[in-house]
Amino acid sequence: MTRDGAPTRAEVCAAAIADCFAPDGEILANPIGTLPVIGGRLAKATVAPELVMTDGEALLVENIIPIGVDAPEKVIAGWNPYRTMFDVVWSGRRHVMMGASQIDKWGNQNFAFIGSPEAPRTQLLGMRGAPGNTINDTTSYWIPAHTTRVFVPAVDVVSGVGYDRARDLGPEASRFHRLGHVVTNLCVLDFATPDHRMRLRSVHPGVTVDDVVAATGFELAIDGDVPTSRLPSDDELHWIRDVIDPNGLGEEEVPNP
Amino acid sequence: MLDKRVTIDDIVAEIRDGMTVGIGGWGSRRKPMALVRALARSSVKDLRLVSYGGPDVGILCRAGKVREVVYAFVSLDSIPLEPHFRNARQSGAVTTMELDEGMFLLGLQAAAWRVPFLPTRVGLGSDVMRLNPGLRTVRSPYPNPGEVGGEDLVAMPALNLDVALIHMHRGDQGGTGQYLNVDPYFDDLMCMAARRRFMSVERIVDTADFAKVGPVQSIRINRLMTDGVVETPHGAHFTECVPDYPRDEVFQRAYTASAKSEEAWDEFRAKYVDVTEAEYQAAVGQ
Repeated sequence: MTRDGAPTRAEVCAAAIADCFAPDGEILANPIGTLPVIGGRLAKATVAPELVMTDGEALLVENIIPIGVDAPEKVIAGWNPYRTMFDVVWSGRRHVMMGASQIDKWGNQNFAFIGSPEAPRTQLLGMRGAPGNTINDTTSYWIPAHTTRVFVPAVDVVSGVGYDRARDLGPEASRFHRLGHVVTNLCVLDFATPDHRMRLRSVHPGVTVDDVVAATGFELAIDGDVPTSRLPSDDELHWIRDVIDPNGLGEEEVPNP
Repeated sequence: MLDKRVTIDDIVAEIRDGMTVGIGGWGSRRKPMALVRALARSSVKDLRLVSYGGPDVGILCRAGKVREVVYAFVSLDSIPLEPHFRNARQSGAVTTMELDEGMFLLGLQAAAWRVPFLPTRVGLGSDVMRLNPGLRTVRSPYPNPGEVGGEDLVAMPALNLDVALIHMHRGDQGGTGQYLNVDPYFDDLMCMAARRRFMSVERIVDTADFAKVGPVQSIRINRLMTDGVVETPHGAHFTECVPDYPRDEVFQRAYTASAKSEEAWDEFRAKYVDVTEAEYQAAVGQ
């Protein structure tokens, strides 16, 4: 192994992200961000080889390519330029994992801007593809730094549609809307509650429920004893350390506490 | 075949105050930067830009040419947030039409097909509707199976362009264009959505040469889509134009640093904007 030792927090996150994509079947798993890409490729490398994935740009590749490595060898199995990506999204064959600058208890997500539309206090990315992703396909989120700045009572702008907005649209317009998991550096959250409020699904080893509550700006659904997020297996550690992330970029995104 | 070769100045002369200008490429990739720089040093103002935005939007905002930006993102890719666009937004210097990336495509497609709108589910439930109070929904006249009424969809209006500016790897003098990287982006749609269409290219070649360097699918821009073509070698710099050249990350960082102060911008502008194309290329080492 290029790296030894017990699983790190980043590797726990990668395994949790892999679990988000593992049950999807033959769809385009489209993780965006460092650990999402590591986790997505980990799922394809281990339990879900049927997942279709890109090289991060316009090619579909069947082999497990490393991140942060120039010109990796690619087994090319398709051409997926941006225009084709919309065909995939709008036909309902994708699961995306995006980031969020703000997210609320219903899963409304903002990465467009903070403040007023006329002169935002902070201009962020813009709407990007969030409205289309969330109304058409399963969407999950990755938050590398879980704080009350991100987990807010109300987002400034709704770029990604949450469950309250989806409910207001009615069953017909919202029939393809589904939020998967929210994975953070502290825990895994989901929306498996009767009214789709955000729920604490598991806390990462070394994190307490109180830690998560203190870092969250709204009330989370917490039922009973919250399980601990699973550790990656030796096989998964091999894939992460030797193949997918040889330079340890995941460790930079989420430093080991 | 017509000879559609023009100069950069000919193209800029077609662009008047208040026009809607579509710019091809994506983020900091294959942007017609030679044309953008020429526009930045022209006297034109109050433009409405339509772009999968990168430094094209940033430079034109910083140069005071822009009234409104129609966008889904403005990014330098390796630097996620475009610094000059951010400054322009945060100071309230430009207004925006906030769109999803796919709605943007539909707006261009509607314009290209000469229909007033195209229906989509995209936008429903999001603040795209709140931030664009003029956006309307339409009720489908066709019920879905098992449903009584038709569903409500967003009517994405046509994004009709006065002028489109794109950059291709190769072109011929008749205005046919070829891309050699992996993604055509939306350059053909930009052209088809516009009244006047101008293409800069790395190199003007004989028409017979297209098939020697790429598959037929790479000849994405046919001459029905263009009104003028100009050869601008290295003309997408500092954005990515592979396989001819990668993004100039060092220069992009210097560009980003120019957003830090008035003095920094003045220095950048004097050296890299308020100069001829030949002087620019010499300054960046070509």
